[in-house]
Amino acid sequence: MRSSARTVTIFVVLAALAAVPPVAALLGQPFYLDLFRRIMIFAIAALSLNLILGYGGMVSFGHAAYLGIGGYAVGILAHHGIHDGFVQFGAAIVASAAVALVIGAISIRTSGVYFIMITLAFTQMLFYLGISLDEYGGDDGMRLAAHTRFAGLLDLRDPTPFYYFVLVILAGLLYLVHRLVGSRFGIVLRATKSNEARTRAIGFSPYLYKLAAFVIAGAMCGVAGALFVNQTAYLTPAFMSWTRSGEIMFMVILGGMATLIGPVLGAAALLLLEDLLQSWTEHWQIILGPVLVLVVLFAKRGLAGLLPGGRRHE
Amino acid sequence: MSEQAPLLHVDSLSKAFGALRATDQVTLEVRAGETHAIIGPNGAGKTTLIGQLAGNLQPDSGHIRFAGEDITRLAPPARSRKGLARSFQITSVYRDFTALDNVALAVQAHSGSSFRFWRPARRDRTLREPARTILDEVGLGGRADVLAANLAHGEQRQLEIAMVLATRPRLMLLDEPMAGMGTDESQRIVRFLGSLKGRHTMILVEHDMDAVFALADRISVLVYGRIVATGTPAEIRANPEVRSAYLGEDES
Repeated sequence: MRSSARTVTIFVVLAALAAVPPVAALLGQPFYLDLFRRIMIFAIAALSLNLILGYGGMVSFGHAAYLGIGGYAVGILAHHGIHDGFVQFGAAIVASAAVALVIGAISIRTSGVYFIMITLAFTQMLFYLGISLDEYGGDDGMRLAAHTRFAGLLDLRDPTPFYYFVLVILAGLLYLVHRLVGSRFGIVLRATKSNEARTRAIGFSPYLYKLAAFVIAGAMCGVAGALFVNQTAYLTPAFMSWTRSGEIMFMVILGGMATLIGPVLGAAALLLLEDLLQSWTEHWQIILGPVLVLVVLFAKRGLAGLLPGGRRHE
Repeated sequence: MSEQAPLLHVDSLSKAFGALRATDQVTLEVRAGETHAIIGPNGAGKTTLIGQLAGNLQPDSGHIRFAGEDITRLAPPARSRKGLARSFQITSVYRDFTALDNVALAVQAHSGSSFRFWRPARRDRTLREPARTILDEVGLGGRADVLAANLAHGEQRQLEIAMVLATRPRLMLLDEPMAGMGTDESQRIVRFLGSLKGRHTMILVEHDMDAVFALADRISVLVYGRIVATGTPAEIRANPEVRSAYLGEDES
């Protein structure tokens, strides 16, 4: 019963997201199209982090790295006149998976606080690499030369098609993560989070499972980066700043770790709250901070824990 | 049986922590099919020895041969895949998984690759059915869908043994399987382990002397990291050195 309630929750959320463009048009508030597209892009990033943080127990404090790699892959190709979406998104996925493979291969040998610090350090390295790339705008960043085009199918310059493109990708990745965490692979990953010594004792070597999850998560977040640079139409090293990594992590914790819908709820809650508070006061973070602390203290399973069927991913 | 090479051959194993010789030139043979108990007073180095047999601790010197192969340097997962399975003295199960999930995962560890990313593992009959059979066998059949965290202490101990069995081990290392159990529960486990005798090879580390003498084919007595005697339960009872070092103190 719980699993069907969860399915209903997910479909309700996706249906609500699908209704945003017509409602925004009806209200004459195209701004909401932009805001919710942004929410969905961050939901993808948070979804990918949740795979390793929520299900895998790997507290990566450098997940913005892959947002940056995906963004730079698209931005650099566009700068050199390559606008084809298949090439750009392919490059974003391959590049972020490759970077995740290198960072993961080293980081996963550590654990606890060392893992947090080493993932942060790698992302800082990439951040400064971005600053040093003068041809691509260096510290200031650069405009995206042109939006991604999927020849004959789609141009991400068009706000509404772009919106639904992001929605379809989000839905697809939700389904992917759902299958992953229930598969043999996913069970080993979650078991390792739950009790690594036991997992080793029954015959699994957790390293490769964690690394595979880390690479999959990196590649997924690379897709979010490719979408995000189309959203902002501007590429800067700030994509990879450590505060961005912190934001993505907060979305996961706020929404509910190791729940499927949690990252989507977390991204929506954080960005909507930010938007709302910003309209009241420029010191909005003074209010946001305590709200987040309260959620962490009193809603242990995050926002997803408050919804029907959201308590646990079975 | 004694003509065969032993299944496990521990040769001059030593491990020191600073000045403390926790394992001191331990030599031990376990034959296929036997139940071999290791007893000794607190601090004798039983846990350190088990740790080295399971691969969690590396010895300073000496060798461990299992089924004719030197496994001294192998990590725990590799030893498990070769058929050496352990239970933990302090209950170690997946608390947020059901009993059935716990056992099914142990089955999974020994049935093909787990780099399968798509099909739901919890609907995989080749994992669930053997797991159910084993749960029935250890007497947890009716508790299959209960979260391990919600099982009683004794049931969690049974679940540990079920997970060990699910890896189809050639040698079971049971580290105080009766630890923390009430008398009734202990007796049930003793009966269950008795039913495994002969079909499985077991190393049993245990404080409960009644259980040890009821189950063991042979007993090795560990005192200050050394094996002071190995023999049948009758021989061990009669051994004056053992009586003074150990039994005399505990069994008086």
